[in-house]
Amino acid sequence: MGLLDVLGPVMVGPSSSHTAGACRLALLARHARLTPPSRAELTLHGSFAKTARGHGTELALVAGLLGMMPDDPRLPEAHDHAAAAGLQVVFRTADLGDVHPNTVRIRTEGGPDGATEEVALTGSSLGGGLVRVFDVDGFRVEFRGGLHTLLVRHHDQPGVIARVARVLADDASNIATLHCARKERGGEAMMSVEIDRRLSQPALDYLAHLPYVHWMRMLPEVLSGDPPPAGPHDDGPAPARAGRIAGRDTGDGRDAPSAGGEEGAP
Amino acid sequence: MTFDELARHPGPASAFFLERETRGDADARDALLAKMAERLAAMRDSVDRGLTNDAKSRTGMVGWNAKGLHQAADLLDAPLLKRVQAYAMAVNEENARMGRIVAAPTAGSAGTLPGALFGVADHLGRSDEELILPLITAAGFGEIISETMFIAGASGGCGAEIGPSASMAAAAITELLGGDAHAAVHAGSLALMNTIGLVCDPVGGYVEVPCVSRNAFYSVHAVAAAQLALAGLESFIPPDEVVGAMASVGRMLPPELRETGEGGVADTPTGRRIALEMAK
Repeated sequence: MGLLDVLGPVMVGPSSSHTAGACRLALLARHARLTPPSRAELTLHGSFAKTARGHGTELALVAGLLGMMPDDPRLPEAHDHAAAAGLQVVFRTADLGDVHPNTVRIRTEGGPDGATEEVALTGSSLGGGLVRVFDVDGFRVEFRGGLHTLLVRHHDQPGVIARVARVLADDASNIATLHCARKERGGEAMMSVEIDRRLSQPALDYLAHLPYVHWMRMLPEVLSGDPPPAGPHDDGPAPARAGRIAGRDTGDGRDAPSAGGEEGAP
Repeated sequence: MTFDELARHPGPASAFFLERETRGDADARDALLAKMAERLAAMRDSVDRGLTNDAKSRTGMVGWNAKGLHQAADLLDAPLLKRVQAYAMAVNEENARMGRIVAAPTAGSAGTLPGALFGVADHLGRSDEELILPLITAAGFGEIISETMFIAGASGGCGAEIGPSASMAAAAITELLGGDAHAAVHAGSLALMNTIGLVCDPVGGYVEVPCVSRNAFYSVHAVAAAQLALAGLESFIPPDEVVGAMASVGRMLPPELRETGEGGVADTPTGRRIALEMAK
């Protein structure tokens, strides 16, 4: 945490944890996709579930999904902008288990022209606008949005981590944190890598074309207040393996709420 | 990073934090100071808007208090007091209207630091440029506290929000008025010690009641802490231990009193009525 993280963010009110932090989590969810979603289901836990409306949490989450930063003056009218953008949003509340009180699971799907991209991301707003993402598509991950984050879903086999690390090293990308988790031996695994600067396009292209890389995203840092690249992933990796980037069942392995713990919310 | 380490540093606290964050890199130092100046300007802008705007918040519970106080007669003949309170509420009323503010360190406690710092500076005729280094000090105090506890009402009640903000403001004012790192540490500690145990009980879950008036109160509290420390008073309990106590008490608070809107003034007949009305 740096001095500018304490005196900040510059944001639209009313709550750094429930508005700015929520916006940043949704912004990360948006950047975990190549295309803008057409539908989103947001599951709110704990204090998020109890005080979402009062703190503008719902508006902030919708704003983030639309790519808005926490100080975007359009944030209070996010629902109108979502309608105009063709984004349909459903809010639910649930007990997501032993997690931070301000936690949200953001499941996005659809896309322009009938695209079927589907990504689910779960994270917590830690206070003062700081965030932590700990689950993507049911895989354990670990990143905080203060640095650029590379997400790689890959086949669980020897040498993948070394290969990715080598490519990053050759690109002069310094690794700040690295987290890997798999669902089962020889199945699929996910790594989240926080790096000091965005990977170059050739390095991204190379990684995306490795046969054991099933899905990959380069998320921008979202804490500095500097705008992320215009139009998430316009300059990102091309969906070379469109069939494999497309959504899949994320039902297993996640920190699922207990059955019956969910209640619908308008 | 500890307060003990900071207190032993000769000279102003901001020099300690600047050196720590930029490691002697002149470009990094300039960049940080420029960013801080931007944050300061955004804070000043939120004060100015809040003092002239009396539009109600979405709930209708707040919105006109800052302007009202700012224009009211100074019956106590205490212009500093009136100014500090009006400035603090100006920021939080802007926040409640979903206006643009700077979290310091959170949005709910965003008025305390600008209220106290701009209030004192304007009262004494000091320029905004002189406030950049004190602002660095304020940020550094927040950073030290955040190493022990997440700064959020949901994790430790209001003591974990208004406490750090008052502590940061007290340290900043101490530096503005010539206090060294030692004095700033004791100002910050005195401010923090006397906020321990405050609950986070926003009516209806909205950051309005008691948040707006609370910032008015605790910006004054911060000025008082700076005054004590500048006169040589010290925190009898070592400042790092005070932070530990704040975190410990925060964790003892039941969930109802940690930003869920289910306890305290939120859980009164009127609080429940507002919650119901706004849920419609």
